[in-house]
Amino acid sequence: MAMLEVKDINVYYGAIHAIKGVSFEVNEGEIVTLIGANGAGKSTILKTVSGLLHSRTGSIAFQGENIAGMAPHKLVGKGLAQVPEGRAVFLRMTVEENLEMGAYTRPNSELAPHLDRVFEQFPRLKERRKQVAGTLSGGEQQMLAMGRALMSSPKLMMLDEPSMGLAPILVDQIFGIIQTLHQSGTTILLVEQNAQMALGVADRGYVLETGKLVSSGTGTELLKDESVKKAYLGG
Amino acid sequence: MNQRKAVLPMSARYLINAALCLALILGLKGLSASGLLSDYFTKILILVGINIILAVSLNVATGYLGQLPLGHAGFMAVGAYTGGIFLKSVNAAAMSGAPLVLTIAAAILLSGAVAALFGVIIGVPALRLKGDYLAIITLGFGEIIRVVITNIDSVLGFDFTYGASGLKRIPKFTGALNVFLCVVMTCLVIHMVMKSRHGRSILSIRENEIAAESCGVNTTFYKVMAFTMSAFFAGVAGCLYAGNLGSLQPGGFGFMKSIEILVMVVLGGMGSMLGSVVSATVLTILPEALRSFDRYRMVVYSAALILMMIFKPSGLFGDYDFSLSRILEKLGVGKKPAGKEDAR
Repeated sequence: MAMLEVKDINVYYGAIHAIKGVSFEVNEGEIVTLIGANGAGKSTILKTVSGLLHSRTGSIAFQGENIAGMAPHKLVGKGLAQVPEGRAVFLRMTVEENLEMGAYTRPNSELAPHLDRVFEQFPRLKERRKQVAGTLSGGEQQMLAMGRALMSSPKLMMLDEPSMGLAPILVDQIFGIIQTLHQSGTTILLVEQNAQMALGVADRGYVLETGKLVSSGTGTELLKDESVKKAYLGG
Repeated sequence: MNQRKAVLPMSARYLINAALCLALILGLKGLSASGLLSDYFTKILILVGINIILAVSLNVATGYLGQLPLGHAGFMAVGAYTGGIFLKSVNAAAMSGAPLVLTIAAAILLSGAVAALFGVIIGVPALRLKGDYLAIITLGFGEIIRVVITNIDSVLGFDFTYGASGLKRIPKFTGALNVFLCVVMTCLVIHMVMKSRHGRSILSIRENEIAAESCGVNTTFYKVMAFTMSAFFAGVAGCLYAGNLGSLQPGGFGFMKSIEILVMVVLGGMGSMLGSVVSATVLTILPEALRSFDRYRMVVYSAALILMMIFKPSGLFGDYDFSLSRILEKLGVGKKPAGKEDAR
């Protein structure tokens, strides 16, 4: 049984049919990526899984439990963490306070070991633990958002465009971290515009085009696939 | 936490603060006994206290939660009329001693509770909206409350609020002492909530609502909670206001009153309790001190606000908050060997 199983979801923004019958699954231990051009519906799918938007049809199952329509804040406790788009950190809180917020659903006794683990993963954050998050650079803020999601010790981590607006060298670094997280046993669902990078690290990928899945396969297969080029370059 | 420099134990902190409050109360008593504190100054002190409660409570919704409610006077009106009607109907004027104290306490709590109830009713739909819309809804609420209070008697045939002619002969129970106690309780409760897990949840919503939600914070619940807490204490202030004046007119709870409270919060610094206290004090005393300049008051107000927004947009104190214990710790009081730390 897949860890996350999304079946035939249809999402509307008012009258606009944004996601047209999309199904996909994420198995335990995988990195799965959803790629596609602007407006293909990648973030919409992620928001639907995390409960911010609702599908009119179909089902979303996480570890066998139907989570469609569940309030977003309840999913964290079930082991589904999300790193929202655009480096959503608490700007006026310190790095440490941000991370503490990540462990919001966990008992206080788990705080210290989780904090140590995140600091081990992100030594940069440890250096800046007392610094206010608003004073961090873009890359550091992205690391902080990822570290914060890790604090809930998630089974599945969903990342929404972690490379957005970052310099190439930082993108490399972020993807390196994603691979490290994966090696330490976290299952990852990655939504990306940067198809080259995403397919490079992913076990499997799905290609989206205007709300529909147009192809799927392993990362290396898709890298060579013509439909990927078509989805990005058109024609 | 392993790196916090909290050296004063929690009990000592409470003790210090309690002692300070007691000293202030005794000081007040001494002043009024010695005749240094005239009736006029006592009246001003009472007004200062009421305005502090209003500003500190609005600061919860504006500064901590990051919303912009424009109907704080509406909640104050609800509290004032609840308290006034309750005190009249139980005939508190004929009471004395312990029953009177209990009745007053009950009136204050009841006023807060009814205002909080209105807070929930308004908050649940309003907080689903963001930014300007919340401001518009609360603005509407404030006006509706005023109009309802003015007209409910003539429309439904009650003898309830006495409409535009005003609710009169409310027992005048409000004195410097009970206002002071209410101020202390308000600040203490809000401070304790804001230092707790709930407070952190409220602050996280202000910082980034989506991120808060993705951390597992029930954002709807905490928004309504903060808004309700804000309304509760506005109701308390309203009750004290009723007991101070002895009569209530719906016109006193208009839009300008809401703005006046908001100005106190903004000027003091959104998210700073100290700021709210200081600016509520200054903005209450200043108009009294400048009685002769009365006609220029609004001009000075507006000019002060504009200057503030240009030179210090975060308000007088930003989001800095005063902590006596922290100052004492800096001065080296209560240094303890490392390792014996309290749990904050």
